[in-house]
Formats: sequence, C-alpha cells, structure tokens
Amino acid sequence: MPLMPPLKRLRGKRMDLGLARQWMDAWFEQLNAQKSYLSELDNPIGDGDHGINMARGANAAKDALADKEIPDLNTLFKTIAMALLSKVGGASGPLYGSIFLAFAKASANHDTLDYAQILALLNAGKDALMSRGKAEVGEKTMVDVWVPFTEQFADHAPSKDDVDALVEATKPLKATKGRAAYLGDRSIGHIDPGSMSTGYLFKALLDVLDS
Amino acid sequence: MRGILIVSHSAKLAEGLHDLLQEIVSQVPIHYVGGLETGEIGTTYDRIMEAAEASPADELYVFYDLGSAKMNLEMVQETLDKTLILSPAAMVEGAFVAATLISANADNKAIEKQLKPLGIK
Ligand SMILES: Nc1ncnc2c1ncn2[C@@H]1O[C@H](COP(=O)(O)OP(=O)(O)O)[C@@H](O)[C@H]1O
Ligand SMILES: [Mg+2]
Repeated sequence: MPLMPPLKRLRGKRMDLGLARQWMDAWFEQLNAQKSYLSELDNPIGDGDHGINMARGANAAKDALADKEIPDLNTLFKTIAMALLSKVGGASGPLYGSIFLAFAKASANHDTLDYAQILALLNAGKDALMSRGKAEVGEKTMVDVWVPFTEQFADHAPSKDDVDALVEATKPLKATKGRAAYLGDRSIGHIDPGSMSTGYLFKALLDVLDS
Repeated sequence: MRGILIVSHSAKLAEGLHDLLQEIVSQVPIHYVGGLETGEIGTTYDRIMEAAEASPADELYVFYDLGSAKMNLEMVQETLDKTLILSPAAMVEGAFVAATLISANADNKAIEKQLKPLGIK
C-alpha cells in the first residue's frame, strides 16, 4: 500500500470523542512534563508561574474527567473549561477557559468533527480568546500563535515544525498586553510562555490527527 | 443595596484593604477575595464568583489589581445576576472613595465622578 502524504492523512481524519480525549491527554501530559520549562519562560517577562498554573489546571482537568461520565465532545470540553477556570489562577485561566467553553459550544450536537469542523472549532477558540483578552496580533501573547495557526490550518495542514516556528517568532516581539507589557522593551528577545503552551496544544492536535 | 468587592492576587493585600475600609465605613458591605484556595498568588473565576455571591449587595463596586483579575471578573460579570461595576481606579484609593461615598449615600454619578481621576487601568 502506498504511503499517504501527511497532508492527505490529516485532511481525511475525523475527530471523535476518543481522539479528542487522546488530544487532551497528550496536552495535559506535555504541560506536566514541561512545567518547569514553561515557568522558566515566564521568569524574565512575567512572574514565573505559567508552568505551575498550567500543570495545576491540567491535573484538575484530568481529575474532573476521571470523576465524571463524559458522553460527548461538548461535555469533554466544558469539563476542561470549568477545571481550568477554577484552578489555573493566572491570566491563562480565563483565556484557556474561554477557549474551551467556545470549543464546547462549537462541538455541541456533533459526534465527530471533520477537518472543516475542526477548523471551525479552532476559529471559535481563537475568537473567544481575542474577545476575552482583547489582544491583537503582534502584542506578544498566545494570540500570535492562534491567529497564524488557524490561518495555516485553513489553507494547508501545517506541520509541527510550522508550530515551532510560530512560537519562536514571538521572541523578537515587544509585549503590549499581559503582565509582560510592564517590561516594555525588556520583553524583547524572550519566547512568550503562553504561546509555548498553545504550541503544545496544536502539536498534540497534529499528532492525533496524523496517528 | 450597594457594596464593595475587592479582588487581589494576594490574600493579605485583599484582607488588608478590607480591614482598612471596614475601620472607616462599618455599615457598607465590603467583601474580598485574594489569592487561590491553596494560599498561592492568583485569581480564579470560582473564587470571585463566591465572594460576589456572598455579598448582600446587588450592586457592587469592584476594585482589583492585575491582569487576570479583570478577565476573571468580566466572566463573572457575564454570568452573575448582580450589577458589577469594574472600576479602573487604583485599588486602594478607589475602594476608599467608593466606600466613603456609598456610606454618605452619594448617588452613582457622584461616585463615578470622584473615581474618574483615580483611573489607572
Ligand atoms: N490579554 C491577553 N490576551 C491574550 N493572551 C494573554 C493576555 N494576557 C496574557 N496572555 C497570555 O498569558 C500568558 C501568561 O499566563 P500566566 O503566566 O499563566 O498568567 P499571569 O500573566 O497572570 O501570571 C502570556 O504568556 C500570554 O501568552
Ligand atoms: Mg505568569
């Protein structure tokens, strides 16, 4: 059997509840594994807690999913949103909380999502993020990964290297939103921690879609 | 009824400001939330919701410190059945002004006017 190119494989894949859970579990695992690295990134341009915040949120979400019957995508994303909202404790709490609430809404009444519906889900998350945080592209926040990634996803199936490049591209930016904005020019030259945790979310997505 | 809600990343900061205000205006309901349930620094939607619900006031002047406090407050504002007035005023001065004016029965317009020059956010 000839090997299908990754792009084709990605495009043909549907996301059901099992795949969505794999996606989320992989993200939670990565947030835990990279806890110190994410906090390290938050040190020079923030308060050094992004890894602690996200690992706390990931574990709360894992516990909430284990405690409860999860019959569908809507319940999955809503449960995660509520756990992040109640446990993260930093700006990333209401931001990821709003993103996952939007995921829940976008996936309501769907048993599976095809490529276009996954794109719609991601776009709903991006819109919720931007209306919650009121940041635009170029302000050195996770918006700088969400916006170009959703554009790439619409246009061609991006690779994990593409995601890494988007995260890396936050380095030269000067922060004008979030805690890092207090640093002005001194925020230049550091990767934005929230963009890194968002990069993990997207790479985990590409992994499950390509599996 | 009108009241004050203080939202800080730090439990001590929130409690300290509450004590300071209580000293001056004992009859205005002043509620506060600071830090996470573990005592760590931060704010969450859940804890702000709890504090806002606990107040007997149905109209709350809210004073807060850093970024995530505001975003969580806006989420509470969207879901809670009370009027939350998020003030961009400096937390200590703003809460002081609002508490004394509420206690003196000033109307909201007068309060807003006094708060305006204290805006920093
Ligand atoms: N207004 C905003 N819009 C979008 N993203 C934001 C905003 N403010 C902060 N962020 C993201 O949140 C990350 C910081 O999260 P975290 O450290 O958990 O919260 P805090 O800044 O409250 O300590 C930043 O790296 C940035 O990507
Ligand atoms: Mg931080």
